[in-house]
Amino acid sequence: MINEKEVIIEVVDLKKNFGDLEVLKGINEKIYKGEVVSIIGASGGGKSTFLRCLNMLEVPTGGHVYFEGNELVDGTTDLDAHRQKIGMVFQHFNVFPHLTVLRNITITPMLEKGMSKEEAEKEAMDLLKMVGLEDKANEYPRKLSGGQKQRLAIVRALAMHPDVMLFDEPTSALDPEMVKGVLEVIKDLTDTGMTCVIVTHEMGFAKTVSDRVLFIDDGLVMEEGTPEELFDHPQNPRTQEFLSKVL
Amino acid sequence: MGPGLIEVWMLYYPIFLKGLVGTLKYAAIAVFFGTLLGCFIAILHLSKNKIINAIAVVYVNVLRGTPLLVQMYIAYFFLPMAFPVMNALSKEQYVILSLILNSSAYVSEIIRGGITSVDKGQTEAARSLGMSSKNCMMQIIMPQAVKNILPSLANEYIAMIKETSLAGTFMCYELMYTRTLLANKFLMWQPLFIIAGIYLVVTLVLSFFVKLLEKRLAASD
Repeated sequence: MINEKEVIIEVVDLKKNFGDLEVLKGINEKIYKGEVVSIIGASGGGKSTFLRCLNMLEVPTGGHVYFEGNELVDGTTDLDAHRQKIGMVFQHFNVFPHLTVLRNITITPMLEKGMSKEEAEKEAMDLLKMVGLEDKANEYPRKLSGGQKQRLAIVRALAMHPDVMLFDEPTSALDPEMVKGVLEVIKDLTDTGMTCVIVTHEMGFAKTVSDRVLFIDDGLVMEEGTPEELFDHPQNPRTQEFLSKVL
Repeated sequence: MGPGLIEVWMLYYPIFLKGLVGTLKYAAIAVFFGTLLGCFIAILHLSKNKIINAIAVVYVNVLRGTPLLVQMYIAYFFLPMAFPVMNALSKEQYVILSLILNSSAYVSEIIRGGITSVDKGQTEAARSLGMSSKNCMMQIIMPQAVKNILPSLANEYIAMIKETSLAGTFMCYELMYTRTLLANKFLMWQPLFIIAGIYLVVTLVLSFFVKLLEKRLAASD
């Protein structure tokens, strides 16, 4: 439970168009520190675009995104510095294929935070142990399975000591037998109190891991609530229709 | 007809070999510096700033759309006249300069293709970690782009070996210039076939290595 409600990300009237297509139509939302928020909804409804606006991978067409009180949209803040505190995990892993597993993790802390090689590698090895990849440290990512790549991508983001982690359908590109291992890593992370925003199609996972669930459809947050409220007693007809299809 | 090919080769092979060294040297300089400059042009070309982008587009189109020989004449005769400061360069260096500029236009297109061939997710991952755009380009995108384009770059080097034959026009000591030297000895046709043979052997051998390289790179993916 979150007792002290400290806002870490605030989104005000967020809009995003791709050409003539309105993908986000004005979203207002607050993410609180330590909270685990899952975002569900049909493909094309704007879930991923919403998530990608939180670290400005998509530049919003209108509205505001505040991260720890700093406005990200107006272009006056140092985006790189803020992004270091916003970890992101992608559907297709996006590990760096030309770098070893270890270097994948250490490169950004060393380049952007001036961390020493020894320090960065020590920390990276601890992170790799955490996800059971310590024996792969000197391999290249092509030797890893999808699940291993995704676990690498997660610890690569953690190496920057983020204040919040964004997950964009982290298990959608995985073979079924790989899904569990990755979800366990995310579950462990949420247990440490890490603030997480997770776009997912894994309804069972969303139900067990989340403090709050958002149903995004047609560019708007149609309904939100605790997992029990949203999954067991959906109020909005669109939510009901969506859940009847996926559950 | 005069002496045969073998006879001419036996008599003058040091001259041909010296010419070949010159040819390989000019091609290597042109491609090396052309690649450095080409990287820069490619990045300008990919800029979202319309003016910067336009400069790169004009640069590439002019250098690729006009004959190298014309560019060499301009570099050789016009540049020293128009920009007296540049008289610090020797005549040979003007020819090399035009080779570098010409090569940079072709290489920049190869590199641009290489950069755009790297998955967009790589940039997104790097930037989401808080990596600066410069570090992202140099540490993440470029190394992958270069690997993708190594065979094309090698082919550009091979093409450049043939292009440098124009430098002989300006009395730069390369393979084609040996024809001028030997014409003074009333050898009119033999050097041409020997020179053609040397170009052919060199380009075929190098093409063979590029094929090997392509196979090795394909295997490492």
